[in-house]
Amino acid sequence: MDYNVPISFAGLDLKNPVMIASGILGLSQNIFDRLIKIGAGAIVSKSISNRPRIGYRNPTVVPLENQNWLNAVGLANPGADVFSEEISNNKVPLMVSIVGSSTEEFRTIVQKFENSNIVGFELNLSCPHVEKMGMEIGDDPNLVGKIVKSIKDLSSKPLIVKVGLGKSDILQIAKVAEEAGADGITAINTLRAMKIDITNKCPVLENKIGGLSGAAIRPIGVRCVYELYKVLKVPIIGCGGILTISDMLEYIMAGASAVQVGSYIAQNGMDSIGKLVNNLQHYLKTEGYSNLEEIVGIAHR
Amino acid sequence: MPIDKNLMRVVSITGVKTETKTVKTMTFKDQLSDKALPGQFLMVWIPRKEEIPLSAMVSNLSGHAAITIRKNGLASTSLFNKKVGDKIGIRGPYGNSFSIKKSNKNVLLMGGGTGLVPLVRLLANMKEFDLNFTIIIGARTSSEIFFLDIVSDLLKGKTYNLLISTEDGTKGTKGYPTDILCDLITRNYVINFIYTCGPELMMKKAYDLALANKIPIEVSIERYMKCGIGLCSSCSINDKLVCVDGTVFNSFQISSLSEFGKCYRDKAGILTKY
Repeated sequence: MDYNVPISFAGLDLKNPVMIASGILGLSQNIFDRLIKIGAGAIVSKSISNRPRIGYRNPTVVPLENQNWLNAVGLANPGADVFSEEISNNKVPLMVSIVGSSTEEFRTIVQKFENSNIVGFELNLSCPHVEKMGMEIGDDPNLVGKIVKSIKDLSSKPLIVKVGLGKSDILQIAKVAEEAGADGITAINTLRAMKIDITNKCPVLENKIGGLSGAAIRPIGVRCVYELYKVLKVPIIGCGGILTISDMLEYIMAGASAVQVGSYIAQNGMDSIGKLVNNLQHYLKTEGYSNLEEIVGIAHR
Repeated sequence: MPIDKNLMRVVSITGVKTETKTVKTMTFKDQLSDKALPGQFLMVWIPRKEEIPLSAMVSNLSGHAAITIRKNGLASTSLFNKKVGDKIGIRGPYGNSFSIKKSNKNVLLMGGGTGLVPLVRLLANMKEFDLNFTIIIGARTSSEIFFLDIVSDLLKGKTYNLLISTEDGTKGTKGYPTDILCDLITRNYVINFIYTCGPELMMKKAYDLALANKIPIEVSIERYMKCGIGLCSSCSINDKLVCVDGTVFNSFQISSLSEFGKCYRDKAGILTKY
């Protein structure tokens, strides 16, 4: 299998548009190599902070009914110094997701990866369950603009900004990011949610509140991508509840140039990633399209 | 409709057996866990505390399953202190299992500490076969040895060789279980297959011995786990995930795992040397 559905966007040339979402398998170079070998178009690392974080105690991931998942890992990651060492021999299309609590912190992290062989950065402005990081930054349009601009001033690598559904309008935040220089937008992140065990009368997640992913958030993600496509000039990566080829096509037809998957791997295992790409190849061929761009945003016509 | 093994089942503890001062076995009713294959693990939630992976232990009661816990950290100590009637959450069973081939007549099972748990379940699944069993049990001291009664129960009416090592020499041979294995191999004791679970450095020694003497081996690897379902990478060893590609790895697979017996990932995901 060649897993070949070439795409170009945000200054990136990728073998196919199926990316591994941040937080999923984003830790080890050996696993990155395996994921690319078995079909992934690119990988987004776990969100990397300046210092190592051990994250929350388990349970950090709770499978729910109807192909949904709840997680609060707490941005566990090895920190920028150790992770840059981990990927020092990287040869695969890897995007480093970064998370921080101030402009200065983001700049420090970006500098540590400036000489790494990576295809770009994804700015996590939408993690819904860690204080003073992620969503708390993503909810402040002024701060988002400042952070994006300061990273763009520092690095020539493509910068994708991952936006979610917080207190601010997702369209406004994405627009601010674009105006500040973002090369693309990923939408959406998980949604704040929780599970209570009624037998023990307590929340199941150690952090009590986490982020919902899976089938339930897909229609919300598709709507966001559809609306973002209308107002943005930069390309969009669709993310949230992609479990089948049809789900992926929905995002692309809404306006996504690429997609990220997480729940798909929870559902089918990492070795199934190539099947999703093969199914996309098959769809384009049987529908008579010569490249993916022909259907990006087609639902708007 | 079949039950989704990923969904947490809240179960009541129906039995607690004290194995040693620090080790207990807890029984609970759960159809899915009852069917766990030897080597598979369960994610066990201790409400308001933590969730931890534990190997599926055997239970005498149909429809029931068991877990064996050594009190150590926050989660294991709070589980250790649970009583009959207390409720815990279970998901799984997850992972692969030890392979069983009737053609391997002379099998050796070597367990250190609670690493014995999956091996006891393996023994329960193999006991009907006409095999020659050698079991090596390792502990620090005689008071920390457990499962002798279960092993003798499982192998009632059969001839088997049970060998014990303690680090302080208070029971059996003084030293490590691998010392016994090394001695058996030196004396040309017939071993067709080795199964092992326990501290990784013990299993690495066993693997090296097995490799040098061309004996096939399967090891059950333990790693820090968060999700248990192949998402988080915290249990990665080289390009494998212990939770979905393992926990059991054979000689061929281990030969490509350069991190085995050398390093593991800590809670932040940092590759750390043993």
